[in-house]
Amino acid sequence: MNFFIAAVRRELILALRRRSDIVNPLAFFLMVAVMFPLAVSPEPKFLAQVAPGVIWVAALLACLLSADGIFRSDFDDGSLEQILVSPQPLVLVVLAKVLSHWIISGFCLALMSPLLAMMLFLPSEGLGALILSLLLGTPTLSLLGAIGAGLTVGLRKGGILISLLILPLYIPVLIFGAGTVQAGAMGLPIAGYLALLGALLVLSMMLAPFAIAAALKISVRG
Amino acid sequence: MKIKLPQWFYQLASPRWFYEFSGKLLPWFSIAAFILLMTGSVWGLAFAPEDYQQGNSFRIIYVHVPASILAQSCYMLMAIAGAIGLIWKIKMAHVVAKSCASFGASIAIMSLATGAIWGKPTWGAWWVWDARLTAMLVLFFLYVGVIALHSAFENTQSADKASAILSLVGLVNIPIIKYSVEWWNTLHQGATFKVTEKPAMPPEMWIPLLIMVLGFYCFFAVILMQRARIEVLQREKKAGWVQEIIKQN
Repeated sequence: MNFFIAAVRRELILALRRRSDIVNPLAFFLMVAVMFPLAVSPEPKFLAQVAPGVIWVAALLACLLSADGIFRSDFDDGSLEQILVSPQPLVLVVLAKVLSHWIISGFCLALMSPLLAMMLFLPSEGLGALILSLLLGTPTLSLLGAIGAGLTVGLRKGGILISLLILPLYIPVLIFGAGTVQAGAMGLPIAGYLALLGALLVLSMMLAPFAIAAALKISVRG
Repeated sequence: MKIKLPQWFYQLASPRWFYEFSGKLLPWFSIAAFILLMTGSVWGLAFAPEDYQQGNSFRIIYVHVPASILAQSCYMLMAIAGAIGLIWKIKMAHVVAKSCASFGASIAIMSLATGAIWGKPTWGAWWVWDARLTAMLVLFFLYVGVIALHSAFENTQSADKASAILSLVGLVNIPIIKYSVEWWNTLHQGATFKVTEKPAMPPEMWIPLLIMVLGFYCFFAVILMQRARIEVLQREKKAGWVQEIIKQN
């Protein structure tokens, strides 16, 4: 377990030293959400209606864009090869990387979401649902995004390709995540939605690390 | 644990044996596909009785339903072939998986297009955000992802393995996507429209449909074998037996 903590620590230190990795997705999250009132309508009533969907789509895109970088720098400087030949189980190392990616992307997005909720006039009853759904949903996004990152890390053009691979897989999380917020904003019970988001998280936590590990082996060894 | 596979399985894994064996099967499947598709479409389009609600426009189901069924089973086959290729390191399985991907994408488009053509007179719109339409669209996206990933790699072997992993991930996700989309639809627009409840189909309607489904499967087998044969020839172009075939022609 020690090396798991060490791996998470290493990733977090790296992220802290390169602050743009943390700040860029957050800035992107904010900017995407700002586009909607500009493009559609600044009317509070309308915005309140679309806010759950807009915030969730923005969070999803921010996660997707940052997912491309999960393994990129490690692949470029060769430490990914060292990780692959190290005696530690690759699945656990991968899980540590995904966890730290979630801390710097999804977790921070969830913390920042009340700001967007306020700007988009989300009813205050929906605020708790928004934060909880992001906390439960974004880890799944990180896990799925890491599959795409693992598959494309050896390729020169990762950017658009990873979105093509991963966006269809994000659909269930988006549906249940935005559904949670919508139900919360209307004052309906959200426990069922949260349970479904949790189920998706458990399932992807069980299966995704193996897919990521296999993908990394292909990308590195060919 | 070691799983023992029957001998024909290993024989089928040899590109040369596959080429010869599929060459023998191909004419039979082509004849079967031709007869079934001709019978099914003439019967379905000309002789099956009209639907009492939808009139003649319902006849597009004789193309739409087989295409939709095929689009789903093609994905299953692609993922299973990919898994076989990953686990037992069988080259032929990857060739089959690759041939499935492009066929599956086109048949999914066909299902969406025929659905839209049928939707216009029936629902009054080319597209509605119905659960089943959306699920088919997502299936198409999954095919596009697999094809895009395969073409992004320069090394064929890595491309095969990577797309096999992606199609397996997709296979796990298909039921989840299907049910989440269904739930989303019933949550948000259950009352917006209702698909006119199908009258229990009389046999003179569903027998041609069954024939068409079988015909589509035979057609799929023909196309799949031909694609796989061409792919095998390209991949094994340095092997002696391929050189001989080239010389003979």
